[in-house]
Amino acid sequence: MSKPKIAVIDTGCANLSSVVVALRKLDVDPVVTASADEIRAADRLILPGVGTACAAMEKIRERELEELIVNARQPLLGICLGMQLLCASSSESALGEARQIPCLNVVEGTVSHMAQGDLRLPHMGWDQIEIMRDHPLFAGIPSGTYFYFVHSYAMNISPATAAACTYGSRFTAVAVQGNFMGTQFHPEKSGAAGARLLKNFTEMQL
Amino acid sequence: MLAKRIIPCLDVRDGVVVKGVQFRNHEIMGSIVDLAARYSAEGADELVFYDITASSDERVVDKSWVRKVAEVIDIPFCVAGGIRSVEDARRILEYGADKVSVNSPALADPDLISRLADRFGVQCVVVGIDSYYDQESGRYCVKQYTGVESRTRVTRWSTPDWVEEVQKRGAGEIVLNMMNQDGMRKGYDLEQLRLIRSLARVPLIASGGAGAPEHFLEAFRDADVDGALAASVFHKGIIAIPDLKNYLRNEGVPIRD
Repeated sequence: MSKPKIAVIDTGCANLSSVVVALRKLDVDPVVTASADEIRAADRLILPGVGTACAAMEKIRERELEELIVNARQPLLGICLGMQLLCASSSESALGEARQIPCLNVVEGTVSHMAQGDLRLPHMGWDQIEIMRDHPLFAGIPSGTYFYFVHSYAMNISPATAAACTYGSRFTAVAVQGNFMGTQFHPEKSGAAGARLLKNFTEMQL
Repeated sequence: MLAKRIIPCLDVRDGVVVKGVQFRNHEIMGSIVDLAARYSAEGADELVFYDITASSDERVVDKSWVRKVAEVIDIPFCVAGGIRSVEDARRILEYGADKVSVNSPALADPDLISRLADRFGVQCVVVGIDSYYDQESGRYCVKQYTGVESRTRVTRWSTPDWVEEVQKRGAGEIVLNMMNQDGMRKGYDLEQLRLIRSLARVPLIASGGAGAPEHFLEAFRDADVDGALAASVFHKGIIAIPDLKNYLRNEGVPIRD
């Protein structure tokens, strides 16, 4: 059998090298692309994300990726902002502007700023996840496992929440809705646990 | 629960890891990639690389080692030294670093912090502060260009004022290098840490003076810092990271397994 083809969707505003390096260590064939043909032909899709939801959604529309992502049938994993983009909307816009940014709306949930009281932000460092329902993504990964987080916005707890994390409030650490999955943490920066989750993603049968 | 971070710091000069005492007399400690791989495997939560000559002698420094580091480790790492522009930072982040840390160039051009935060997000922007306790005046002051003795100078900033300023400008994390303690292995300056902790609304990392596991415990328990950075105790094998993490865990500090 040939190696699974993984397309890392190039939204033009994320640092993709870490994700690609992590994937290369697994037995897969990663390609960074914004091409519709390559995205359609891939066995797995990864939607990375660094930056703001506002800027990332603009890029996704500019590159005509929205329809492609929304209609994807293969397993798709959004990472960090990439997960947040799968939600209905986000309040993360340009500095000082308060409005809801419509996102891809394939996962039930909304994203808002984590500020409360004197909570230190960003939520930066290794934190534990609490698994709320079983899923092939979690094979070999128990509740309480540490992953690397860095973010100031978070997705609420919703029916799509598969694992939660608590910092100030509880929020979604892993979201799953059909073939759409996402992690708020960075599996590519989360040592052995992160590599296991990526491996689970590349090997799972849906 | 958010774990407290143990962060080995690798001072880099001319492509090798070095370490001095109170920022002077540097000894060679080993290759960048070998040490990075070793600390990652031993359970370090994050790594910081300081290119200590970069800001001082105005040259463009070859940073291609950053890409090699990114290929061998799967934990976050930060690169400091010689980052004077958005373009400098972009290159380092593209090589695979997670954060950039600015120190002397931010003092020369405080708006640099805002430009970096606007472009890459506050989570990518660390501000390193070289803080010196001046016994005569009894105040903490910020030094600049500490990489080379002849260029080192005291700035007009007191450490507390600079901590406030960098947060206003978009710093996502602060590394406080306590110069009087650097390389002495007699413990962090807890009084200074507590003072800065009370002013910092972003993650705060203690740096300078760690010599024993108890020093890490004090910084976490008594000053509530988010991470503790150390160099010589790790490079010289005085403290093994797995032993340190076990000790802290047994003392009740939240530590990653």
